[in-house]
Amino acid sequence: MKIRFILIQNRAGKTRLAKWYMQFDDDEKQKLIEEVHAVVTVRDAKHTNFVEFRNFKIIYRRYAGLYFCICVDVTDNNLAYLEGIHNFVEVLNEYFHNVCELDLVFNFYKVYTVVDEMFLAGEIRETSQTKVLKQLLMLQSLE
Amino acid sequence: MPAPIRLRELIRTIRTARTQAEEREMIQKECAAIRSSFREEDNTYRCRNVAKLLYMHMLGYPAHFGQLECLKLIASQKFTDKRIGYLGAMLLLDERQDVHLLMTNCIKNDLNHSTQYVQGLALCTLGCMGSSEMCRDLAGEVEKLLKTSNSYLRKKAALCAVHVIRKVPELMEMFLPATKNLLSEKNHGVLHTSVVLLTEMCERSPDMLAHFRKLVPQLVRILKNLIMSGYSPEHDVSGISDPFLQVRILRLLRILGKGDDDSSEAMNDILAQVATNTETSKNVGNAILYETVLTIMDIKSESGLRVLAINILGRFLLNNDKNIRYVALTSLLKTVQTDHNAVQRHRSTIVDCLKDLDVSIKRRAMELSFALVNGNNIRGMMKELLYFLDSCDPEFKADCASGVFLAAEKYAPSKRWHIDTIMRVLTTAGSYVRDDSVPNLIQLITNSVEMHAYTVQRLYKALLDDISQQPLVQVASWCIGEYGDLLVSGQCEEEEPIQVTEDEVLDVLEGLLVSNLSTPVTRGYALTAIMKLSTRFTSVNRIKKVVSIYGSSIDVELQQRAVEYNALFKKYDHMRPALLERMPIMEKTASNGPTEIVQTNGEAEPSVVEAKHPPPVTQPTNQANDLLDLLGGNDVVPVIQTTVPTKPASAGGELLDLLGDLSLSGGPAPAPATSVPSSQPAFLLDGLTSPPLFNDIAAAGIPPMTAYNKNGLKIDFTFERANPNPNIAVITIHASNSTEADMTDFVFQAAVPKTFQLQLLSPSSNVVPALNQGTVTQVIRVLNPQKQQLRMRIKLTYTHKGSAVQDLAEVNNFPPQSWQ
Repeated sequence: MKIRFILIQNRAGKTRLAKWYMQFDDDEKQKLIEEVHAVVTVRDAKHTNFVEFRNFKIIYRRYAGLYFCICVDVTDNNLAYLEGIHNFVEVLNEYFHNVCELDLVFNFYKVYTVVDEMFLAGEIRETSQTKVLKQLLMLQSLE
Repeated sequence: MPAPIRLRELIRTIRTARTQAEEREMIQKECAAIRSSFREEDNTYRCRNVAKLLYMHMLGYPAHFGQLECLKLIASQKFTDKRIGYLGAMLLLDERQDVHLLMTNCIKNDLNHSTQYVQGLALCTLGCMGSSEMCRDLAGEVEKLLKTSNSYLRKKAALCAVHVIRKVPELMEMFLPATKNLLSEKNHGVLHTSVVLLTEMCERSPDMLAHFRKLVPQLVRILKNLIMSGYSPEHDVSGISDPFLQVRILRLLRILGKGDDDSSEAMNDILAQVATNTETSKNVGNAILYETVLTIMDIKSESGLRVLAINILGRFLLNNDKNIRYVALTSLLKTVQTDHNAVQRHRSTIVDCLKDLDVSIKRRAMELSFALVNGNNIRGMMKELLYFLDSCDPEFKADCASGVFLAAEKYAPSKRWHIDTIMRVLTTAGSYVRDDSVPNLIQLITNSVEMHAYTVQRLYKALLDDISQQPLVQVASWCIGEYGDLLVSGQCEEEEPIQVTEDEVLDVLEGLLVSNLSTPVTRGYALTAIMKLSTRFTSVNRIKKVVSIYGSSIDVELQQRAVEYNALFKKYDHMRPALLERMPIMEKTASNGPTEIVQTNGEAEPSVVEAKHPPPVTQPTNQANDLLDLLGGNDVVPVIQTTVPTKPASAGGELLDLLGDLSLSGGPAPAPATSVPSSQPAFLLDGLTSPPLFNDIAAAGIPPMTAYNKNGLKIDFTFERANPNPNIAVITIHASNSTEADMTDFVFQAAVPKTFQLQLLSPSSNVVPALNQGTVTQVIRVLNPQKQQLRMRIKLTYTHKGSAVQDLAEVNNFPPQSWQ
């Protein structure tokens, strides 16, 4: 019932964000990243957004050249997490003002902050976009 | 030392690298610079350096030398330092490094910091990667923060508590008092996280579950407010207010209501309300509906609600969005067991999903279709499923084929339909069917006596078309071997009979033997089929030639068969007709377990193959012994999981022939000796050992009797009743020898009148030791559906003091209880 990891990858397989909520070794992590990339990039529009992967499930959505993947348990509500992904992307969009991949690259530590504002300990934490944005702006002012 | 370059510069530089090698070089250079900078203990640029390090780590390069630096950053007072430090900790450290324990103190201090953002950072880090030791140490702090008035912190604290509970379940009680007021929050965020916390606690501990049941009314009220209250812009997603919270509450309700009547009743209304009022045009609404459906299915809801849920799922199936269809199919699969009728209504939609493009939808639809097949819709469904089998990917074919077989066996409306279906499967997906389908099919064919001519004709035609599909070829060659006479005689009521000559048939079979496509197993089938035809066809010479050629084949299996068949021609020609007679009808017993046995009428079918199978060391080298083993011996064909009941009456015909032969010296009476296909070695070996089934059947208290007592050989019968079927009497014979010489090669055979059926299991041994030193036991099962008086004719053969002895006897003195 929890999120195992959140992954943002581009089509080439480069990781733009990897947030792990479970313990893995470094090489395990690398292997997982590669496997997820392999599974997700071969699917096109006529496939569903859910893939069964090892004994978990991956819910992913493609935005331009980036794949946003969330790995959850098999029993979780797929559609709800799909909404969660979209919520997250909308926040990123607002925060970076029409976000593109380069924004995520150059400001990777800020992206992690956004993730931490919205997800914590493997669960969705805050769903209100306005609140999250307010927090982020405050944090930014402290820098 | 010049100031280290800024993060942006580094990123830009790295991105300009055109090859992997160039990039690696740049990174190494930068890493060296960072390392020397760390050594200098420079506070001002530490933050920048660690940030660069983290970027390089994200690209996949090792960065563990930065771990300590992260800790130093966390200890610093500046917010930016702390932020990068915690980020670094979350990325680079995990509970397997001992270094992380050093963080504990820092986090503790930060949890009590004045700025809420610092506290938030600390909570976040703890919640993401806190190890059990850290959690234990810091749980108190977290709990304190749960009670603060700052909602920002409460949210984080709640989820942090979830993490703590996951790591250290014993600490759950600590958070209990704080949860009392959680649900009366107005702040959605806090409410959401509290619900998550409660869910986690309920899942982990049944006591908590019972404790929190009293919260159900409160939860229901919250949910109601969410739906009813108008427009709340903050948490609104596409017009639905805070769907995430709704989903979470529904899930908690599901856990609380499972198995509990009161709570379930309290929830019924609200569930119905959510189900009807939620808008389904967007994914959001569907997400909520899906969760509602799952909840309705799990709790003890009233039937009207369940039907509503299944209708929602049915509506999902018609949705254009394949995600939703997938989700619907998965849930329907779960509910089809319990609410079978309701799901039936959506059968046509499900069948349509078989044609979907997405692989996972197809698979789900296939599983669901098989679950929905019943006696009424079998024809239609089968048509669709066979069409699917034609066009689906190879990975589905095996499952689909076995599903089709199972369904066909359970619900076949007629024999001919059944055989047609199986043939269709074999021709389209022949190479993907499972191994045990070949014996199943063979059994089915022998059972449908009237279809033999039709079957063999169709199989022959299929063979002419294509010999690459092994299971089809095996079944076809077996049938041709058995019913070849019907084939050439050209009688067939069901179809246009084709004109086939014996030579053509033999051509086909020989073609199988030499073809590269045939596996060794298939070749074995083909050779045996040719042999069987020797009694059914007139042109024996050609067969003799073939058999003798294969006597020197490289394949040991074929060679052995050929050599033994050769021996049949030469030395035992008088036995050949009887040995190669038609197989009796194999009955199927209701089965649900590993000790299933197929009953045969008359004698056990000895098998050529069986005698050859491992362990070969027990092979008697004497040819004569081989045959005697064949005749006397053994048993039967295995494990077939079906529920087709035994058909006693139809077996009568076979028995008639067999009984008539009893007095002939031409061959052992009811002993059709055809080879059982070698594809069932494992099962045959199972059959070799007497199943222990009968040991635990309560003896019905029937007195034992002596059936035969002559020339020192005494045979006693002891009785038991077979438990599952009171019509079956289980007789164990005990043969003892009171003379001074052993009786070797002891074979016991029995036959019963038409109205009974007999099954003979394997004897404990072939040697009856002298002077009553031991007994040979063998188990007989007699099915007596008409409860007539049991009579038996027995035939004994053995070698005593060097001479072979044969004797026939009738046993009439069965005690009445044995057959009543």
